Amino acid sequence: MYAVELKEVSKHFGSVTAVNRLSLRIADGEFFSLLGPSGCGKTTTLRLIAGFEMPSAGEIFIGGNEQGYLPANRRPVNTVFQHYALFPHMSVAQNVAFGLEMSGVPRREIQRRVGEALEMVHLSGLGNRKPGQLSGGQQQRVALARALVNRPKVLLLDEPLGALDLKLRKAMQVELKALQHQVGITFIYVTHDQEEALTMSDRIGVMHKGSLLQVGSPQEVYEAPQTRFVSDFIGDTNHLDGLVTGLANGEAAVQIRGAQQPVRALTVNGVRLGQQVTVAFRPEKVLLDRQAQPDGNTLAGRVVDVVYTGSSTTYLVRLQDGQQVMARQQNAAVSPQMRFQSGDLVTLSWPVHACKAFAE
Amino acid sequence: MHIAKTLRRYPALSAWLLLLPAVGWLLLFFIAPLFIVLAFSFMQGATYGGVKAVFTLSNYARVIDPLYLSTFLRSLYIAILTTAICLLLGFPLAYFIATRPQRLRYALLLALMVPFWTNFLIRTYAWLTILRTNTGLINGTLLALGVIQQPLPLFGNDFAIVLGLVYGWLPDMVLPIYAALERLDRSLLEAASDLYAPRSRVFLRVIWPLSLPGVVAGAMLVFIPSLGAFVIPAILGGGKSLMIGNVISNQFLTARDWPFGSALSILMMAVMLAATLIYFRSATHSQARTARSEVDL
Repeated sequence: MYAVELKEVSKHFGSVTAVNRLSLRIADGEFFSLLGPSGCGKTTTLRLIAGFEMPSAGEIFIGGNEQGYLPANRRPVNTVFQHYALFPHMSVAQNVAFGLEMSGVPRREIQRRVGEALEMVHLSGLGNRKPGQLSGGQQQRVALARALVNRPKVLLLDEPLGALDLKLRKAMQVELKALQHQVGITFIYVTHDQEEALTMSDRIGVMHKGSLLQVGSPQEVYEAPQTRFVSDFIGDTNHLDGLVTGLANGEAAVQIRGAQQPVRALTVNGVRLGQQVTVAFRPEKVLLDRQAQPDGNTLAGRVVDVVYTGSSTTYLVRLQDGQQVMARQQNAAVSPQMRFQSGDLVTLSWPVHACKAFAE
Repeated sequence: MHIAKTLRRYPALSAWLLLLPAVGWLLLFFIAPLFIVLAFSFMQGATYGGVKAVFTLSNYARVIDPLYLSTFLRSLYIAILTTAICLLLGFPLAYFIATRPQRLRYALLLALMVPFWTNFLIRTYAWLTILRTNTGLINGTLLALGVIQQPLPLFGNDFAIVLGLVYGWLPDMVLPIYAALERLDRSLLEAASDLYAPRSRVFLRVIWPLSLPGVVAGAMLVFIPSLGAFVIPAILGGGKSLMIGNVISNQFLTARDWPFGSALSILMMAVMLAATLIYFRSATHSQARTARSEVDL
C-alpha cells in the first residue's frame, strides 16, 4: 500500500490546465520532493492532496483510501504552509494545540503532546509567545510542530524554507531531514530549489507545465535526466545544438557547426540520423586545457568570461559558431599554468558517458 | 532663516505647530461648546429661552422623571436593536464582498455607497412614501389589490424607525468589517481546516476573533448616531414614536428650556461614553477569550 497515490489526476482552472493527468505513487515513510519552476503545477498538486482543491479528473488515495471530494478537515494529512499561516491571535502553544483540540483529544494528552512537539522543534519555553514575537526560523518551527503534533499519515510541505535566509535554510534542510527520519512520517515536499530537493529527498518528481516529467532518486535525475528540461532544470548544464551524423551502440555522433570533429553523446529517446538534437553535459565534467586530450569529446574555443566562486572557477568559453560552454574547475586541484584569462585560446574536453543527446 | 533653523533643531516643535490649526478648531468649535452645554445644564432657564446664571440641580432631577427616562430607555433599546440588525446583515455582506475578486470587490463597495450620494433627508422621505399608513407604496398597493383590508403597521412606530436607522447606518457597519476581513490571510482559513476544523469552528476560532476590531468599530459607528438620531424618528416615527434626540431638539427649539435640553444631552453623552468604554473593554476581552483554547496551556 502506498502512502499517497495519484491516478491520472488533472486540475483545470477555467481554460488553464494546472495539473495534467498526473500519476504518482509515494511509499510509506518516503521523503518525496515535487520540483519544478513556479507555475509548473507542483503547489496545485500538493493542494489537491491536502483537499484545498478538488481534482477535475482522476483519483487521489491516501493510505489506500480514495479521497473523492472529502474536505481538507477530514483528510489524514497536515500541511506546512509557505508563509507558515500561524494564527496571529493565538499563542504558540494554542497554535500547536489547535489540531488536537479539533479532533477531540483529551485535555491532558493535548498538554503533553504539545509540550513534546515544542521540544522536538527546540521551542520549549516559548509556548506563551505570540507568533508575531518570533523570528522567521522560529515561526517555521512552530508551523512544523503544529502539523506534526497530529501525527498525520502524510506531511505536506509547500516551499517551507522559501522565506528564510540562505544560512538558516541550509541548517533547516539538515534538521528537516533528520526530523523526518525520527518521526517516520511520509513527507511530500514542494520546492523550486533543485539543490534543496537533491539534498533532502529520497526521490524527486520533476514537474513542468502540469506534467510529471521524471521521477527518480536525486542521483538518477541529476546524472540520467530523461529530457532536456530535466537536465536543464537540475543543476547547471551546457546545451549545444547540432546535427546527428552517425548512430552506433547507443551513441550518436553530433556535428556542431564549425567544429573539427563530431561530438559523441549517449542517445536518450529515439534520436534519428540527420536529426537536429541538443547535446547536454555538466560544466564540472569539462576539462579545460591548452591542447586536446587523446580521447573523449574535444572542442576548441576562446575564454570570454571567468567567474571566481571561492572553491571553484567557472569559465565561459565561446566556440567557433558562437555557442557558449561553461566549464567549472575546482581551484584546489588546479596548477597555476591551468588557470586561464579572458581571451585565451583553450581546448574543452569531456567524457562521452557524461554527455547526452536529446531530440527536441 | 532663523525660524527654519530652529524648527530643524526641534522637530517636535514643528509637529506641534502643524497640529495647531486642528487643535484650535476643536477647542473653539467642539470643546468650548461642550463646556457651555455642561454649564447650561446646571443653570435655570430664562422665560423665553436662554439661561439665568443661577446654579441648580433641578434639570438633572427632572431627567429621572419616568416620562423622560422611559423615552431614554426606549432610545437605548432602538439603538441596540439597530446595531444588532446591522451586524447580522452587515457581517455576511462584508464577508461576501471581501471574498470576491478585486475588481468586483470595488464595484460592490461602490454600489454600497452610491445611495449616499443622495441627500439624507430625501432618502428618509423616500422611505416615508414607501411606508406611509394608507397611501404608502406598500399599503396603498396591497389595499387597492384587496390583499389586506386594514393597513399594515409599517409607519409611525419603532419598526419604521429601526428600518430607517438600519438603512441609514448599514454601510458604517459593513465598511470596517470589510476592512478587517480583507486583511484576513486566506491561508489561515486553510490552515484551520487542514487542522480538522469544520466550517463552524473555522468561523468561531479564526474568522470571528480576527474580524473583531472591525466589528467593534462598526458597532460604535452605528450605535452612537442611532442613539442620538432625531431626523429619522421625526420623519418615520410620524410624530408619535419619539427618541431622546427628538426630546432634546424639542427642549431647545420648541419648549425653549435650554438647561433641561443640556442636561439630557450630557446624560446621553455619558451613556455613549460608557457604552464606548464597555465595547472596547469587552472587545479586547472577548478577543483574548476566543483566542484562548478550551484547554488552558
